[in-house]
Amino acid sequence: MRDVHVSAITDAVKKLCIEANLDLEPDMLRAFDGALRQERSPAGKQVLQILKQNAEMARTRRIPYCQDTGFVVCFVELGQEIHVTGGGLDDAINEGVRQGYREGYLRASIVRSPFDRVNTGDNTPAVIHADVVPGATLRILVMAKGGGCENRSKYRMLTPAEGVPGVKEWIIECVKTAGPDACPPLILGVGVGGTFEKSAILSKKALFRELGSPNPDPTLDALEKELLDRANRLGIGPQGYGGDTTAFGIHILTYPCHITSLPVAVTIECHAHRHKKVTL
Amino acid sequence: MGVTTSPDGIKEIRTPLSDADVESLRAGDRVRITGVLYTARDAAHGRLDRLIEKGERLPFDPRGQIIYYTGPSPARPGDVVGSIGPTTASRMDKFTPALLRLGLKGTIGKGYRSQAVKDALRQHRGVYFGAIGGAGAVLSQFVKKLSIVAYEDLGTEAIRRLEVESFPAIVVNDCHGGDLYQDGAKAYAREGA
Repeated sequence: MRDVHVSAITDAVKKLCIEANLDLEPDMLRAFDGALRQERSPAGKQVLQILKQNAEMARTRRIPYCQDTGFVVCFVELGQEIHVTGGGLDDAINEGVRQGYREGYLRASIVRSPFDRVNTGDNTPAVIHADVVPGATLRILVMAKGGGCENRSKYRMLTPAEGVPGVKEWIIECVKTAGPDACPPLILGVGVGGTFEKSAILSKKALFRELGSPNPDPTLDALEKELLDRANRLGIGPQGYGGDTTAFGIHILTYPCHITSLPVAVTIECHAHRHKKVTL
Repeated sequence: MGVTTSPDGIKEIRTPLSDADVESLRAGDRVRITGVLYTARDAAHGRLDRLIEKGERLPFDPRGQIIYYTGPSPARPGDVVGSIGPTTASRMDKFTPALLRLGLKGTIGKGYRSQAVKDALRQHRGVYFGAIGGAGAVLSQFVKKLSIVAYEDLGTEAIRRLEVESFPAIVVNDCHGGDLYQDGAKAYAREGA
């Protein structure tokens, strides 16, 4: 067994929360450059240039890329030979969020109850998905998930008879309904298969794959490319002002499913795609 | 006149806005706004709506004014404001026609508006501007002063009075039925989507 003290987890999460909101990952910066080379719309081009400038300003002036500094969604891959000491794992993560959001001048966007809607004041709690995996390392993936795009995420239970064509139409429909509301250029995380909740979790996890990298499954890779091409023919464009860059990427993860089911969950992510990871 | 056109083709807007100012704006016009904006989003709109229902006075006079749908991130010491980009406007659709009826002239946000809001823009001479969602760091530069007007307990959702200089936006829905989102998507849609 290897001991990992909760303070190391708290420190790591704090750092990831701050960096995610101030330092956009290189895959996003490359996506802006790639889109600028192809975008035909002058308004769309201008939006992309301002977003690039925004990323630069966030990095240099240490001001959040977007004022919605997100709901912290945390995927934990806990090696089964790790022993977490000094407290609970969830508490350690939430303490990291608390410290990160306060010290990083990040916005508190979480209310304690969906009904009484009183702000918790420190952006806690996070949404935590923990998996126990073989090995002696602890991997933490953090996403600061914006609310505007999350609100356009969708779920549908298709029938097996609807098959791949049905899945494709549904995903394109999701891009259309998200439209300008979700701050395009979008990134779609798609979970297909499993159960109701499994597909939704996969749709979030799919967003952690590096933008522009191929899906390791060649069939899914072809499907992603076809759907991305179709999405970018819709004309919605950056911010919905019209253009060729409606989406930067569509990432699909699948899981076996029941003979009766074809669940499809689509998490809509905006261009403020803030994701970081660390291995302890 | 609160609206003039600069040599670069961008319309300069000075608040407050008159009906004639609003009528001169067309969907797709790029604008720079100088003057006062009031911030309000979900929770503040809920409270304003209750005041309107009871016929009570609002914490600011909406006549001729612009509401910016935003909840800024906290300012670092020495800064006027943190990141301050727009939030999704449709969540405020339920409340907007009543505010336009009271003389509000403009709203700034991102995303589609309902037909009821578009109808109210025509009827009461109002305009809906889009600001670039997610460009909160860049947009913070145009905010020169900030003060809290009401509902401080709401934190980021409090109503703030901003003094802005050359705040960049684009007309999405004008008072003549023009809609940038429809026009833009139509112009760039290609076969095979």
